[in-house]
Amino acid sequence: MDSYNAPESTPSASSRPEDYFIGATPLQKRLESVRKQSSFIPTPPRRKIPQCSQLQEDVDPQKVALLLHKQWTLYSLTPLYKFSYSNLKEYSRLLNAFIVAEKQKGLAVEVGEDFNIKVIFSTLLGMKGTQRDPEAFLVQGLILSPRLEYSGTILVDCNLCLLGSSDPSTLAFQVAGTAGACHHTRIVSKSQLPSENREGKVLWTGWFCCIFGDSLLETVSEDFTSLPLFLANGAESNTAIIGTWFQKTFDCYFSPLAINAFNLSWMAAMWTACKMDHYVATTEFLWSVPCSPQSLDISFAIHPEDAKALWDSVHKTPGEVTQEEVDLFMDCLYSHFHRHFKIHLSATRLVRVSTSVASAHTDGKIKILCHKYLIGVLAYLTELAIFQIE
Amino acid sequence: MSPQKRFKNVQAQNRTSQGSSSFQTTLSAWKVKQDPSNSKNISKHGQNNPVGDYEHADDQAEEDALQMAVGYFEKGPIKASQNKDKTLEKHLKTVENVAWKNGLASEEIDILLNIALSGKFGNAVNTRILKCIIPATVISEDSVVKAVSWLCVGKCSGSTKVLFYRWLVAMFDFIDRKEQINLLYGFFFASLQDDALCPYVCHLLYLLTKKENVKPFRVRKLLDLQAKMGMQPHLQALLSLYKFFAPALISVSLPVRKKIYFKNSENLWKTALLAVKQRNRGPSPEPLKLMLGPANVRPLKRKWNSLSVIPVLNSSSYTKECGKKEMSLSDCLNRSGSFPLEQLQSFPQLLQNIHCLELPSQMGSVLNNSLLLHYINCVRDEPVLLRFYYWLSQTLQEECIWYKVNNYEHGKEFTNFLDTIIRAECFLQEGFYSCEAFLYKSLPLWDGLCCRSQFLQLVSWIPFSSFSEVKPLLFDHLAQLFFTSTIYFKCSVLQSLKELLQNWLLWLSMDIHMKPVTNSPLETTLGGSMNSVSKLIHYVGWLSTTAMRLESNSTFLLHFILDFYEKVCDIYINYNLPLVVLFPPGIFYSALLSLDTSILNQLCFIMHRYRKNLTAAKKNELVQKTKSEFNFSSKTYQEFNHYLTSMVGCLWTSKPFGKGIYVDPEILEKTGVAEYKNSLNVVHHPSFLSYAVSFLLQGKKWSWYLDYLFSQGLQGLKLFIRSSVHHPFPEQRA
Repeated sequence: MDSYNAPESTPSASSRPEDYFIGATPLQKRLESVRKQSSFIPTPPRRKIPQCSQLQEDVDPQKVALLLHKQWTLYSLTPLYKFSYSNLKEYSRLLNAFIVAEKQKGLAVEVGEDFNIKVIFSTLLGMKGTQRDPEAFLVQGLILSPRLEYSGTILVDCNLCLLGSSDPSTLAFQVAGTAGACHHTRIVSKSQLPSENREGKVLWTGWFCCIFGDSLLETVSEDFTSLPLFLANGAESNTAIIGTWFQKTFDCYFSPLAINAFNLSWMAAMWTACKMDHYVATTEFLWSVPCSPQSLDISFAIHPEDAKALWDSVHKTPGEVTQEEVDLFMDCLYSHFHRHFKIHLSATRLVRVSTSVASAHTDGKIKILCHKYLIGVLAYLTELAIFQIE
Repeated sequence: MSPQKRFKNVQAQNRTSQGSSSFQTTLSAWKVKQDPSNSKNISKHGQNNPVGDYEHADDQAEEDALQMAVGYFEKGPIKASQNKDKTLEKHLKTVENVAWKNGLASEEIDILLNIALSGKFGNAVNTRILKCIIPATVISEDSVVKAVSWLCVGKCSGSTKVLFYRWLVAMFDFIDRKEQINLLYGFFFASLQDDALCPYVCHLLYLLTKKENVKPFRVRKLLDLQAKMGMQPHLQALLSLYKFFAPALISVSLPVRKKIYFKNSENLWKTALLAVKQRNRGPSPEPLKLMLGPANVRPLKRKWNSLSVIPVLNSSSYTKECGKKEMSLSDCLNRSGSFPLEQLQSFPQLLQNIHCLELPSQMGSVLNNSLLLHYINCVRDEPVLLRFYYWLSQTLQEECIWYKVNNYEHGKEFTNFLDTIIRAECFLQEGFYSCEAFLYKSLPLWDGLCCRSQFLQLVSWIPFSSFSEVKPLLFDHLAQLFFTSTIYFKCSVLQSLKELLQNWLLWLSMDIHMKPVTNSPLETTLGGSMNSVSKLIHYVGWLSTTAMRLESNSTFLLHFILDFYEKVCDIYINYNLPLVVLFPPGIFYSALLSLDTSILNQLCFIMHRYRKNLTAAKKNELVQKTKSEFNFSSKTYQEFNHYLTSMVGCLWTSKPFGKGIYVDPEILEKTGVAEYKNSLNVVHHPSFLSYAVSFLLQGKKWSWYLDYLFSQGLQGLKLFIRSSVHHPFPEQRA
C-alpha cells in the first residue's frame, strides 16, 4: 500500500484517454493541449535551426527595416474576436479618438475628427511562416506637427507674423506659443498638403504576428484571428492605452511575455547555430547574481566565430537543435568560465543573450538584427507566446 | 427657504389644525417635533392614532380644504378681493400641508403644475407650489407633457424653469410612462443652450436617453457645448452615456477619481421622496441606472490592464458596427434586431430575448452578472465560450500572486477575484475549464498557504474528466503538499475532494438522464465515467490510509475521511449510478477500534448505507439481466461481508479477530488483556465507555442498554444493529 501506482499498473479496461473523448468540442481540444503542454515541460526537445530567409517575395523591405534594430517589448495576445483586415481604416479612426480621449481625461472627442495624434494600421504582407498563418499587421502612432485645422487662425497668425517682423522684439513675446507654428502654417498653406501627409514623428510602434502558429490555429474557430505575438516599441503608457483599446474592441488579453533562462539558452544555441556571412556583434551573455545590497551582473562576451566553432563541436543532428546539445553548449561555456574565474555560472541566472542574429532579455525585450533570420526568431517567440496563452 | 425650515412650518400648521379638533393629537404632535426630519412619522401617526374617528374627520376636512384651495388656484387670482393675500396664503398652506403629509393625487398635480407654469400668480407663489407638488403615488405623463408645453410659451421665469427641471429629475421615477416625454427629447436637448438650465437638463437627458436618441448631430452639439463650457461634470456624464450607446461616434474617458456627476437635484424633496417610495412599496420598476465609468475604483497599479480585474459590462457595438462596413450610421444606431444588454434586468427578459441578445464586448464582464452567467451556462456557442475561456485563464495567470514572481502585494485582490469565480461556479453548479487549466499550471508552484480555501475550492470544481489523465497534472502535486502539510491542510484537502466527488456525481447523474437532449461536452461511455470516479475514490482511499498513518490515527482526520465515505457509500441509491466502492481496511479498522463514539457511530451508519446500496444493486441485477455490464464483481460483496463479519464479531457476538480479520490468539494473549473477546462488544467497547458508566449510574437493567444508547442519539448504531443484526433480542451479559 506504499505506492499508489500499484493499482495503476494493472491494465484496466480499455480506458485510454483517446477513447474518452470522441467528439470533443474545441474547448475540449484546448484543454487537451493544455494538458499535453503541462505534462511535457520542457517543450519539444528538438527544434529546427532557423533557415535562411523564409520571408516571401511580397514582403515590403521598407517595412522590414522598420522592425529591425529596434528594441521591442514582447506580449502574448489571445485570439482577436471579430477582427477584420478590411476595416483597418475604421479601426485607426476609432483608436485615434480613443487615444485622444484617454490623453485628455474627461474631455469627449468626436470620432473622425482631426487630431495631432494619428494612428495608422497597415498590414505586413508576407510576414508569415505558412500560408495558414494570419497576416501580420503594424500599428504606428504618429505625432503630427502642430495643429493647422482652422484657416481663420492661420490668417491671424500670418498677420501677427507680419506685424512681428516689423517689430520683432515686442511681439515675439505675445505670440510666443504660436510663433513656431505659424511658420509651419505658412509653408503648409502654401503647398496645400492634405493633412494625412503631414510630416509626423513616430511615437509608438507595435505589431502583431503569428509565425508557424499551427498549434493555436487548430483550436480556434473562424471568428477569431490568432496573432499570439505582439511587439511594442514606445512609451509604456501608450502601449497601455492602445492595448486597452484592443482588449475592449476585440475581447483579447495582453500579458507581458517574459523569457526565462531556459528559453534564453535555447535562443543562444539556435542563434549561434545560424550561418552568418559576416558578424555584426559579439556574442554576449549576461548573468545576474542575486545578492544584497546590489545585485551583481556578470557579462561574458565571446567572439561570434568562437561561439560558432564551439557550437559546431557539440552539434550532432544536422539542421536541428536538441535539448542535449543546448545543455552541452551551455555547460561548455560554464566550465570555460569556471576554469578562468572559479565562478559557477550555473548557479546564477541568465538574463540576457545577444548575438548577431538578435538579442533577448529575460524581461521580454528583444532586438532583431539580422534580416535573414527574422522569421526564424519570430517563430520561436510565437511558440513561447502560444505556450503562455494556452 | 431651506427645506428644513419649510418643514417646520408645515408642522406648525399641522399642530394648529389638529389641535383645534382634538387634544389627543398633542402627543403625536410632540413626537413629530422630536423627529422633524422624518415625514414618514407624520403619516404613520395619523394612522395609528387611537382616536381614529377624529383623525378621519380631520382628513375629511383637509380633503375639502384642499379641493377648495385647488379650485381657488384654478380660477386664478381674483382681483377684487379685499384680503387677497390672506386667502392665497391660507390656500397655499393647505396645499403644502396635504402635499407633505399624504402627497397629491395625479389630477391635482396636473392642475397645480398647470398653474405654477402658466404664470397666473407671482414668482414666489409658483415656487411654493412647485416645491410642494409631491405625488401620492404616481404622476401622469400627460401632466408633464402639458407642463413642458408651458415652458415654450415663455410665461414663466428662469428660476421657475430651473425649479421645474429639478422637480422633473427628482420625480422622474414616479412618472407613470415615459414614451411621450421621450418624444420631447429634441426640445429638452435644445434647452441645453441655456446656461442656467444646462446642469439640470443634462441630468434629465441622462435619465431619458435611449440608444435611438443618440444622433451624430447631437454628439456634435454636445461637443460644441463642451468646447464652450469646458469640462463640466454634468456634460461629462451625458457624453459618456452617449459614448456608451455610440462608441463609433464619440470617445471619452472619465477620470479615475470618482466624481459626483450631478448636483443633487432632488435634495429639496428628499424626505418627501422617501415617503412616496414607502407608499408605493409595490413592484415599481427599477429605473435604468447605467454604470458610469469606473464604478469600482481600485488603487492605481503598475499594471495597465484596467481599473478592475473584471471588465465593465458594455455592449459589443464596436465590433458589430465595424464588422459591416456598408452599414450606414443610422442603421447602426437604430438596430432593432438585437436586445441591448443594458436593458436586461430580469430572468424572463433573458428568456424572451435569448436569441437576439447583444453580447458584451468583453466576455469577462459576465462574471459579475448573474443573468448573463445563466446565458453562458446554456449557450453552446463556441466563440462565446472561447472568449470567456481565454479571458479567464489569462486573467487568472496574470493575477495569480505566485505564478508570476513579485506580485505579492496584490494578494487581497487575487483572493477576491477567486472568490468571485467560485461564487459564479457555485451559482452555475459547474466548473470552468479555464480554472482547470490554471490549476495545471499553478498547482505545481503553490505553497499550500496562499488563498488556501479558495484554491481548494477551485479543485473541487474541476469539471468531470478522466481521472488517470488529471492525476499526474493535479493530484500528484496535491499529494506532495498533502503529505508534507499539517493535519488541517489534510482535512481541508479531503473536504474539497469530497466536494469534487459530489460535483462529479451530480454532473454524471444529470448527464445520464439527459443524454438524449444535450450533447454533453464529454462523449464518454458510462463505463468509462464510472471507472474514472472509482479511481478517484481509490485514490482518496490511498491518501487517507497514508494520512492516518502519518497523523497517528487522529480522530479529527478520521472524521473527514468518514465524511468522504458517507458520500461514497450512497452513490448507487442517491445518484443512481452503478458504482459501489468500499473503504480500504486501514480506514475501516481504525474507525472500528477508535476511542471516539461519534466515529464508531458514523462507521455504523456507513456500513448500514453500504448494505442498503448493495442490496438494491443485487435486486436490480436480478430484475434486469440486460445491464450486465455494470454488475458488481462478487469481490465487492465479499469485501463487504468480510467487514460486516468483523464488525458484528467485535460489537455483538464477542468473537473478534476470528472471522474477518484474523489475529493469532497467541498474540492476543501477549497483549495481557484478560478478556479480549468481550472487550470490544457494545458494552465494553472503549468508545462507549462513558455511556456504559452513566447507564450503570442510572441503575437500569442491561436489557435496556441498547435502547439507552439509541436514545442518546446514536442513530448510526441503531440503523446498523436493526439492519445487520437479526436476532431481535440477543443475550447480553454484563
